[in-house]
This record gives sequence, structure tokens and C-alpha cells, in this order.
Amino acid sequence: MKKFMALILLLLPLSVFASASVGLQEADIDLSDKASLQRGAKTFVTYCLGCHSAKHMRYKRIAIDFGMEDADVLKEIAPVGAAIYDQMHSAMNGHDANKWFGTQPPDLSLIARSRGADWLYSYLKGFYVDKSKPLGVNNTVFEDVGMPNMLWQLQGLQTPVYKNTAEGETKVIEKLVLEEEGTMSPEEFDKTVNDLVNFLVYVGEPVQLEREQMGKYVLFFLLMFLVLAYLLKKEYWKDIH
Amino acid sequence: MKPTRVEACCHWVEKRFPISKLWNDHMAQYYAPKNFNFWYFFGSLALLVLVNQFITGILLTMNYKPDAKLAFDSVEYIMRDVDWGWLVRYMHSTGASAFFIVVYLHMFRGLMYGSFKQPRELIWTFGMLIFLCLMAEAFMGYLLPWGQMSYWGAQVIISLFSAIPVIGDDLSLWIRGDYVISDATLNRFFAFHVIAVPLVLLMLVFLHIVALHEVGSNNPDGIEIKESKDPWGHPVDGIPFHPYYTVKDIVGVGVFMFFFATVIFYMPEMGGYFLEHANFIPADPLKTPEHIAPVWYFTPFYAILRAVPDKFAGVIAMGGAIVVLFLLPWLDRSPVKSIRYRGGMFKKALALFVISFLVLGYLGTQPATPGAVTAARIFTAIYFGFFLLMPIYTRWEKTKPVPKSLTHTPSLEECIPCIKATFEEMIVKQEVETADGRTSTQLRPNPAGIMAVLVRFAKNLKASLE
Amino acid sequence: MIHEDVNASKRQFLTTALSVVGAVGTGYLAVPFLSQMQPSAKAMAAGAPVEVDISKMEEGQLLRVAWRGKPVWILNRTPEALKTLSEVEGELADPSSNESIQPASSKNAVRSIKPEIFIAVGLCTHLGCSPTFRPEIAPHDLGADWKGGFFCPCHGSKFDLAGRVYRGVPAPTNLDVPPYRYVTDTHIIIGEDAEEKTA
Repeated sequence: MKKFMALILLLLPLSVFASASVGLQEADIDLSDKASLQRGAKTFVTYCLGCHSAKHMRYKRIAIDFGMEDADVLKEIAPVGAAIYDQMHSAMNGHDANKWFGTQPPDLSLIARSRGADWLYSYLKGFYVDKSKPLGVNNTVFEDVGMPNMLWQLQGLQTPVYKNTAEGETKVIEKLVLEEEGTMSPEEFDKTVNDLVNFLVYVGEPVQLEREQMGKYVLFFLLMFLVLAYLLKKEYWKDIH
Repeated sequence: MKPTRVEACCHWVEKRFPISKLWNDHMAQYYAPKNFNFWYFFGSLALLVLVNQFITGILLTMNYKPDAKLAFDSVEYIMRDVDWGWLVRYMHSTGASAFFIVVYLHMFRGLMYGSFKQPRELIWTFGMLIFLCLMAEAFMGYLLPWGQMSYWGAQVIISLFSAIPVIGDDLSLWIRGDYVISDATLNRFFAFHVIAVPLVLLMLVFLHIVALHEVGSNNPDGIEIKESKDPWGHPVDGIPFHPYYTVKDIVGVGVFMFFFATVIFYMPEMGGYFLEHANFIPADPLKTPEHIAPVWYFTPFYAILRAVPDKFAGVIAMGGAIVVLFLLPWLDRSPVKSIRYRGGMFKKALALFVISFLVLGYLGTQPATPGAVTAARIFTAIYFGFFLLMPIYTRWEKTKPVPKSLTHTPSLEECIPCIKATFEEMIVKQEVETADGRTSTQLRPNPAGIMAVLVRFAKNLKASLE
Repeated sequence: MIHEDVNASKRQFLTTALSVVGAVGTGYLAVPFLSQMQPSAKAMAAGAPVEVDISKMEEGQLLRVAWRGKPVWILNRTPEALKTLSEVEGELADPSSNESIQPASSKNAVRSIKPEIFIAVGLCTHLGCSPTFRPEIAPHDLGADWKGGFFCPCHGSKFDLAGRVYRGVPAPTNLDVPPYRYVTDTHIIIGEDAEEKTA
């Protein structure tokens, strides 16, 4: 009976994971790859920070975590005029944002934690031309998205190929094809997006790499504690028959 | 001989405060049954988690801001800018889930071995009140990060009160202090979460332990050890809590902390069960998340709520699911306490109850599709059936004779040879020659052996249920 | 029930070993718990060096700026004020600033890098009140001997115009001088040491 319950308990989370990841492309997240994080940070500041902030992230933290000098972070990553202790604030103010987009672009500090890396990766790659929309684009994972494709010059323009479905049924996108080439090859573009997502995952929880490295020592220590505790218990319980 | 200074000091205190009396009464000469198994770890573990929640909670309060404009950011401030704030926060958030895991297992232990039965009804009642407080504590604490799930979860739960006829609307308005969940709600929930409920909780834990030490612990055999005493007045089957159970509980603490640390350092979100993904988005009163579900420990009750088509009846059912637990000591009519000496009926009923609790818990996390609602209805019926039919099936079922003194159950380490034998029965060893000429042993599953083990397991199960 | 042949030394050893490991673990856990009460990154950001433009300062003017949340005074001393510094030396508790806190570049008779520009943390070294600036000579409440300086209203400590404490008042040492350096002749950065940068 207990075994059966244990089995149910084990299967519960699996079934949820299975349903959540349908149709998403997998991002290759490696937070120990400092070069990738640096590239991602530069892409973020160039293409995203214009509208989106990451207001919980300080440049100083980037300098510490990426092993960079403060001055280098300010020169290579941060926008002009930012100070080292500043948080990654967007240049756009709320009033302009409301006028241009009808809403304020969300802060991206925690976007990787609420959406997940794979979603972000698929989203950034999933823009396609759709003339019926106000911005002229739509997205495979975020329908009727209110954000233009900031990376279109790099990626080029994609158009959808629909599955063969009967008349009257809703059209289902089978895949996207590149109609007009961008300045990057598809491989280069995938890498750039992956670096960006990697950076966003880092921004979501800057401490996570450190946390996982620390975990090893804590668990080892607790194991040692456990062995000693067990030996002590065994020694005392020799008395009991 | 002249007493030393330390002795004199101890004597001074001793004359004014009964330190050694308390120590003896509750530790060194408190006799506990000697046959506790691993199920008995969860009481002391609950105490450990409580201490963890108190300490980390106090530390969080130092940097948290109970203000609708600042709350969400202050949590991220703790996670990033405060030295080690992330560890303290994860210890607290993981601690909340750990608390419910430990407490659910502790309650299940009580169900299995009849620890709620006479003369321990009050221990069970205090325990249930602790559980109730814990739910209030968890619910109000979950609003504090002021994320989307915090906000809409609280919105849904407080709206439940409005289902109460006549006073409902005014009551929910009074609880919120506003027409929607707002800064006022957050501020009062903060007050309840950090001081009011913890004080009550602490007092109830104290009462729970006082009541326990008055009547003494139950045990897996459900035998009162106080009934057979040795010439010195100590229970024959009892052993002093200290040192035997202190050293044993430390082992339990070690195992628990190992798992606890694994979650904190490697999976603090637990795949969205301990920290829900939508809660990383700040509360937005204008937009409900697509799929809202309470945190996992509330989902069984939430599923019961959704299973009932009428709003008020649903609230009653949900409340009833908790109230019925309070009545347990008076619903059970069996002459024996432990599941070991009960008949098959109770075992089957308990198994069904556990399954229904788990399935309801799962359904509570899922969207309410028609199929899911039908399933939830069936399992809600089973949930209540377990309790409401209890007076009938426990009275009529045939119980086994209870021995006079405790039986010996093999401990985990004594089971190792047996497990090893079973494992060996299920595999075949094969000598295989590898490409470079050496021989190595390969293990392959043995279908006949696995079959035999399964059949034996099924037979044992059947025998135990009859 | 209790064994006669209990291996007492083994029990003692294991108990001690477990206690030591437990104490070490508690210690390791205490470090994060205690250090989370340290100033956070936000406080550090607020404590970042402050740049001050002194080009607009007039003679005798006192400028107050906040550095790490503390008041920092920048005083443009007149030649007359500088003259008083040597006159009062006999009445001071620590005239050569041996017991007081200042960067090496300011450990001199006028307690500053440039004689006319005096910079100090405006908190009394007694119990942390902020003294008032009293540049006037011999006001009636401070007596005829007063040659200008700082007076702490909380407990009556007196300092001269170089922040040096008089004898016979509660404050034990001279006012602290924060680390600072000149970027240009008219720009000062408070919070960064002059030597550190040149080194």
C-alpha cells in the first residue's frame, strides 16, 4: 500500500511537468558560462533596456558575479551615464510607455522565474509577420503580443506555414520559415537569443550558481552529522532489548 | 565538604526554580514506549520546523515592508541586496511546505495507531487546533510577498466568507478592510502572521505537549505501557526519553535537514509547488492569472470546495472536511487503537482515505475540467465516507487480540538482509565477456523472481486486509 | 534492561564528536543569520562616494552633504579663522590629532589637505549629536574666550575650527575626518582616500 502511495506521489509532479512544456524549444542554460552571460547582458542593454527595466539588478552585482572590474561593466555593459551601484532602470518613463504601448512594459528582473527559460527562448524566436496586427507581428507562444520584434534586424523576417486543416477550422501553425534574411545566420541568432535568455535566468536569481555550489558542502556536512548521530543512537540503543 | 561555586550557584537556582524537576519529569525520567518507529520522528521534527519558522521569520521581518507598494520589491530586495537574505527567505518558504509535510505525516501516524483515542482525545484536539492555526498562518503568510498568486489566492479565499448567509458580505468586507484585497488587508495580515497567530500557535504547542506528557505516548501497538510497571514504578515497556529518544530524534533531525537543505539549495521552487511561478509577477488587481491554484498543502480542501456546485454548500463542505477531523476520537468505536490489531475494514478504509486525500490534492492543483470535477466529487464522498461511516465499520469489524506487552518490530537496519534477499531474488547475475577479454558481472532482471515477489506481496497484503 | 558492560568511553567520544559537529553547524548557520543584519547592497549604494562641487563656495561658508547618511561638513575657512587654530592649541585635548580618526593626508595642524577647505563628519565623538557651527568670536553664551568653532548642544562639547576638541568637555576625541580626495581643484570626492587612488 505504502509503495503504491509513494508511486503516486512520485508521478504527481511528472504529469504536471509534461503538460507545461508542450511546443516549447529548449534553451541551453549554463550560468557558469561567464562569456555567454556577458554577451547576453550586452544584448539585453542594447535591445531590451530601452523599454524594459530589470530594476532589481545592480551593475555592481554584475561586476562581482561576472568577475569584471567596475569600470569595465560601466564601459562595456551599462548604458552611458549609469553608476556602478545603479539598478538596471529603463530610459523610458511610464508616461511615454502608456502613450506608445497603452501599457507599461513589464520589469524583466523575474521574467525567467515566472515564464521559464524555454518559454523566453521560444518567445524571442517565435515572432512572425502578421499584417492583421497593429504592430505587424504576432508570436507563436504569445498570441496577439503587444511588443514589436526588437531583434528582427538580426533575425530577419519569418512567416508561418500552416498545417493542412479542413475549411472553417482554426489554422494551426506548423513551422516558421525565414522570408527575409537578417544580419545574422540562424545559428548565430539562436546563440544570441540563448545568451540573452541565459542572462535573464541569471537576473531572475543572481545567487543561484553560488547557491548550488554551496549546497554540496552543506549536504556533505549534514551527511557527516547524520553518520555521527546514527552511531551515537546505535551505541545507546544497545541497552534496549 | 564545601560546595564549589558552580554547585552553590546551581543550588541557588534550584531553590527558586525547579530546573532538575522539569528535566526529570519531561526528559530523563519521562518514560516513552520503546517500540517507536520512524513515524514517531515527525512530532519532534514539527517542533524543529516551528523554531526554523520563528527564527527566519523574525529575520525576514527586519527587511520586509508590509505595504502594497513596497512589499513585492522588498522581498526581491531580501533575495538580492540583503546578505544571505536568499537563504533566510528560502528557509522560511521551504519551511512552510516542510511544516505541512511533517504535520500531515504526524497526523497520519495518529490515524494509523489510534493516537487520538481515549485517553488522548485532548491531545488530538489541541493538535487539530494547531493545524487550524497553521493553515491560517500559511494562508496569511502567502499574501505577504504580494505576487499574483498571493493576491488572487487571498481574494478567492476571503470571498468564501461572503458565502455565509446574511452576514457573509459584511464579514468578508470586514476581514479585508476594503472592497478588494488592498494595502489595508496586507497590513493586517502581516500583524496576524508575525505576532497574533504565532503566539496562539506557541501556546497550543505547549498545551499539546503538556497533555501528551500527562497521559504518555501511544505506540505502534496501541498498548498503554503504564498498565504494567516494574517494582520501581517504571513502565516495563518504557524507556527514559533522554537519552534514548533524544539521540534517536537527532538522527531524524539529521535526515530531515538533509532533505530540507537539498530543497533549499537545489530546488527552492520545487517545480512551482513551494513557490508558484505566477507569484514572481507583482500583484495586479486588474488581471487574474490564467490558472490559479492554492499552494499544494491546501489543494485537497480546495478540490472539495470546487466539487460542490453550490457556493455556500461548497464552503460548508470544505469547513466540514476539517471539522470532521476534530470529531475523530468520538467517531471511532473500535476497542483497539493500532491498525495492527484492527480488522481489514479499517485498513481498507484508511487506504481509501489516503488515496482520496492525495487525489484531491492533485485535482486541486489542476484546472476544474468537468472530468476533474466528477473525480473530485467521488473522492470527496470517499473522504467524508471514511469519517462518517466510521462508527459503523469500526464497531462491526473483527479485531485481533492485543498482546499484553509491546511486540518487537524489526528496525530498518534489521530489514537490510531481508531487502537484500528480495533484491537478489529479482535479478540474475550473468558473467559476460567484454571486448577486451575480461569478464564482468552483469545484473539482469529476473521475471520469474519479480513475479514471485509480487505474488507474495499481494498475498501478504490480502491477508493483512482480511 | 541496562547493559552492565556499557562502553562508556565510546559513548563519551561519540557524544563529544556529535556535539562538536553540531556546534560547528550551528556556528555556520549563525553566520548568515547574523550577517543578514549587516548593511545591505542598498545601504552600500547609499554609502557610495559622493562628489561635491566647491567652486561656488564663499569664504567662511559651511556646506553640508550627506555621505553614508551622515552629515559631512565642508568649511571654507578664512585666513583669520586659520590663524585662530594655533592660538587655541593650548586649550585642546588632542591638538596634534594622535588619538583621533582622519586619513593620513589630513593629519596635520589644520586637519585638511588644502588648509582653507576643512572637511569633517559632523557628528560629535561623544554620543553622536551634530554640533552647531559657531564661527562668531566671543558670543555671550559661549564666553569671551570663544574663537569660533563647533558647539554640541546635547552635552556641551566644544571643537575648534579644525574640529579639534577642547579639554574638559565630554567628547573624547576630535571630529572624524572622512577619506576624501580632489578630482580637480573644485571637485572633491568624499569616501575615497587620496592615497588609495594615487597608489
